[in-house]
Amino acid sequence: MSELTIKNTGQMISTETIDGDIATLNLGPTHPATHGIFQNILKVDGERILSAEPTIGYIHRAFEKLAERRPYNQITPITDRLNYCSSPINNIGWHLTVEKLAGIEVPKRVDYMRVIVMELARIADHLVCNSVIGVDTGALTGFTYMFQEREKIYELYEEICGARLTTNLGRIGGFERDFSPTFHTKLNKFLAEFPDNFEEFDRLLTRNRIFMDRVIGAGPITAERALEYSFSGPNLRAAGVDYDVRVMNPYCSYQDFDFDIPVGKDGDTYDRFVVRQEEIRQSLRIIRQALDKMPAGDFHANVPEFYLPPKEEVYRSMESLIYHFKIVMGETAIPAGEVYYSVEGGNGELGYYLVSDGGRTPYRLHFRRPCFIYYQAYPEMIIDSVLSDAILTMSSMNVIAGELDA
Amino acid sequence: MVKTVDAPDGIEGQGFFATSLDKVIGIARSNSIWPLPFATSCCGIEFMATMGANYDLARFGSERLAFTPRQTDLLMVMGTISKKMAPVLKQVYDQMAEPKWVLSVGACACSGGIFDTYSVLQGIDKVIPVDVYVPGCPPRPEQIIEGLMKIQELAKNESLRRRDSDEYKTMLESYNIYSAEK
Amino acid sequence: MDNQQLLAHIAALTGSEPNAVEDTYGMLNVHLETSSLLRVVEGLKTKDQFIYLTDICASHYPDRVGAEFEVIYHLHNLVANQRVRLKVALPEAQLSLPTLTGLYAGANWMERETFDFYGVIFEGHPDLRRILNMDDMDYHPLRKQYALEDETRTDKNDTFFGR
Repeated sequence: MSELTIKNTGQMISTETIDGDIATLNLGPTHPATHGIFQNILKVDGERILSAEPTIGYIHRAFEKLAERRPYNQITPITDRLNYCSSPINNIGWHLTVEKLAGIEVPKRVDYMRVIVMELARIADHLVCNSVIGVDTGALTGFTYMFQEREKIYELYEEICGARLTTNLGRIGGFERDFSPTFHTKLNKFLAEFPDNFEEFDRLLTRNRIFMDRVIGAGPITAERALEYSFSGPNLRAAGVDYDVRVMNPYCSYQDFDFDIPVGKDGDTYDRFVVRQEEIRQSLRIIRQALDKMPAGDFHANVPEFYLPPKEEVYRSMESLIYHFKIVMGETAIPAGEVYYSVEGGNGELGYYLVSDGGRTPYRLHFRRPCFIYYQAYPEMIIDSVLSDAILTMSSMNVIAGELDA
Repeated sequence: MVKTVDAPDGIEGQGFFATSLDKVIGIARSNSIWPLPFATSCCGIEFMATMGANYDLARFGSERLAFTPRQTDLLMVMGTISKKMAPVLKQVYDQMAEPKWVLSVGACACSGGIFDTYSVLQGIDKVIPVDVYVPGCPPRPEQIIEGLMKIQELAKNESLRRRDSDEYKTMLESYNIYSAEK
Repeated sequence: MDNQQLLAHIAALTGSEPNAVEDTYGMLNVHLETSSLLRVVEGLKTKDQFIYLTDICASHYPDRVGAEFEVIYHLHNLVANQRVRLKVALPEAQLSLPTLTGLYAGANWMERETFDFYGVIFEGHPDLRRILNMDDMDYHPLRKQYALEDETRTDKNDTFFGR
């Protein structure tokens, strides 16, 4: 192990080189291997990385300032664009935050419907990450197969909300409509076919000698360092800490479901890959339980101030017309207060810190974005490894640029 | 049943086919456009779906994606471009060799989209000339394919002298892009 | 440990009775002084097992003259599953706080983001510079006096939008 000295910028740098020549490499913002735009200036000695200096902000869209301008139901589309591979989780997390602040209780059916949608989103997110790990090691077949499965999940989203990727799904108080019979048919077909296709993908990579030799030991991080860096999600669980917001602070009736939390050992790329594979299986388990035990009831809470009334009522009744007008124009009153609410996003603890002053738009909305927080540890994870392992580490951490920069 | 590209109008005979050069070059260019996916955000994921098996962009000749500007023809800008990224985009555009086309995919690339903020460039046509705009947030893969097909139309019907014309040079100069010989 | 006991621990660390409120959502909100912040966080981390720093952010209240900025720390005790919110109010003239990077490595970028958006200086931070915005930006955009849109735009016609 080489000597590591900490420079005054906090960057770790190794000082041993083979022949004294240090090359500076710009893993620039546009690069095929960086999935998303962020820059890393690497100092390399041959292939060995001595230091890394990340620069982010190339897709900073000022979500937090934008949220101060928009009424509460219009913020859902911008939460979509945080971790856009699993947008329903962001949407539902936001709705849960507002419901907590406003004191809205949703029926149990809504909870179960939300759980199904969120677990589908989690499957979609992990499929992207794992297929991309395959692509970065040269295994492109898995990518093609798993994106077909993602198309099936897109069709399920389209049944619920009409959109494929940035879903703007649900409303404060529930859903726009109940799950249609077509949705149930498609979901049952998905649950019947997906496990076989997924296991085929799994057999391609998980116990593949070449893949294992390639990714085991790439970009490790210990559990203590991961906690110091406030890691969360699959990256933290791969390092060995079983922290999952669904279990620690259950929301949306997650306590009713029986599922396991997969935990790794070394926190390297192989552990992150296997943890995500296992989480997909656990998500399927949760979806099946939610479908089986789905309670009857309403698909939305009875909150006319937040939830748009049905259009027939708007044309007939005065109160509905007024509520419709107020909601669309964004004049709904939210009680003043501040709340911090977090959900388990595809990448970890996605938190919303909302301060309301009783007005029509939030006074302050801060997104606690897991990607932003754990990407800080990237230089430490790739010091003293080779360049190709650095690429793998970056893709296995599932850095989504939208969530990194917000 | 494989659909092949129709031959252009020309005079055919035993062992020869005579037509005008620009038609042949037009067909060759339009059916072998190699794209550079400049994917920054959500539209990039829709592009990945377009490249996937279901929508398959490779059918249109765009089989070889490369992330190098030196070997590609079409710059597909997909996603929000912030002001921090704009110089990078311009540099990538400058490095591409003529003939090159630009496809702006998504509302953010066309006009800034829903992000009317201090940090987002309100449309990439503020820094580079754009040929086809594909609206949507994100556009469906079918729309991205339609955008590519319009680029194919442009490539097929483009005059061979267009890139050397004064009008084109003036247009580039309005974007502060100066050609090498000056 | 419930919120009352936690408050007592924090009072022991600050040496005085801090201004605290338990918000209706179950999380204890403690207002601290700049001088006692590091002591309290260190005490909570080493003795009360608040080993997880969830988030650091800031907020701007221009109406509170003398305490315009507020920096908010969320800490989490993963073992006992307890969260706490610490707040420090800062006047604009003296917008600086000690850094937490010595205690939590993850505070590095969180503090850089707070500096970028609000201009809060964290003393002792190894690398305090802008992270999300462009390096040559000369103002701190999330402060309330600055508009959301780009001020230098000339091509937008707001006649029909009533702004």
